Amino acid sequence: MNFVWLLLIGLAVVAAAFKGTMGAVSDAAFNSATVAVQLALGLIGGMALFLGLMRVAQDAGLVQALARAMRPILKWLFPEVPKDHPALGAIAMNMGANMLGLGDAATPMGLKAMEYLQELNPNKDTATDAMCMFIALHSSSIQLIPVMVISLRAASGSKNPSEIIIPTLVGTLCAATVAIAASKLFSRLPFYRRAVAAGVKKND
Amino acid sequence: MIKEFAASLSNWIVPFIILAIPLYAYAAKRIKVYESFIEGAKEGFTIGVRIVPYLVGILVAIGMFRASGAMDWLVALIRPITNLAGFPPEVLPTALMKPFSGSGALGLMSDLFKVHGPDSWIGRLSSVIQGSTETTFYILAVYSGAVAIRKTKYTLAASLLGDLAGLIGAFVACRLLF
Repeated sequence: MNFVWLLLIGLAVVAAAFKGTMGAVSDAAFNSATVAVQLALGLIGGMALFLGLMRVAQDAGLVQALARAMRPILKWLFPEVPKDHPALGAIAMNMGANMLGLGDAATPMGLKAMEYLQELNPNKDTATDAMCMFIALHSSSIQLIPVMVISLRAASGSKNPSEIIIPTLVGTLCAATVAIAASKLFSRLPFYRRAVAAGVKKND
Repeated sequence: MIKEFAASLSNWIVPFIILAIPLYAYAAKRIKVYESFIEGAKEGFTIGVRIVPYLVGILVAIGMFRASGAMDWLVALIRPITNLAGFPPEVLPTALMKPFSGSGALGLMSDLFKVHGPDSWIGRLSSVIQGSTETTFYILAVYSGAVAIRKTKYTLAASLLGDLAGLIGAFVACRLLF
């Protein structure tokens, strides 16, 4: 991440010097910082709403029921998370919301899941394998109906805006499969094993 | 038809969830639903504030990158490879933009719709790619930021590999279907 971050900024400045876009880059730096804060603060409303609902669902045992139903998959994806840990419930809710295309509801639950996973983390500034897997899986955007793309196609006058559902599902599944396989593989590499350091109990 | 169904489904689903969960909790489990809701909602604020520095860091880098025009270089670098596979060069910027910026990629896609039409090969392919890949950098920043994780290990690599696989899968599926 350090490297990629520097690379993005470095490339931007070099390219701007060549292309004479330094003014635009300078503006973009300040604008993006403002937008980032607006975005983060904008998340708070939806986050409060859905985390509130999730608490109600937890108190009623609904989240735990969903986690139990998805236990076979969750156990395989996140072997180091104890089977009754609330993290699995939050992860299950997040995946469910994502599949339904409810991005606004998925994010708060995903972030709550990260908090639960952090409870299990011995090195608080370093991601655990479960966190890496969760984020990688999340960024493969499993979605049954890509509502956003379909409505944009319809708005642009497509004759059959929803014809892209099946191939999108194929693409998404490819992305998810590779993201899972890569996470599982990377987590076994000695380089990352060492990073986890001694004193961490492993039960996989 | 499906589009209307999908649109109305997403209209129904959120109000339904907001009603159904507290109703069940109250009726079946005698939970004090309002107090329980407030208790959970409190956490929204802390998480929102905690992700600010992470989001600023990543969005400034991406914003600078986009404004500089460095994307053209990246496209020029990768184009020879994708041309070999028969991947239309027009779609390449949209595909490369997606991990950095969702709105940026959407904007490029609607430009393609305007020029080529949504039902063209290019229009269809860019739609499918749009749905098969994610705004990886944003997600990584927000999710790791929420718990103040600074060392993300292999997450970025695994996510970007997933995006690449989504891209290839989308291309192959479009080849076969359209």
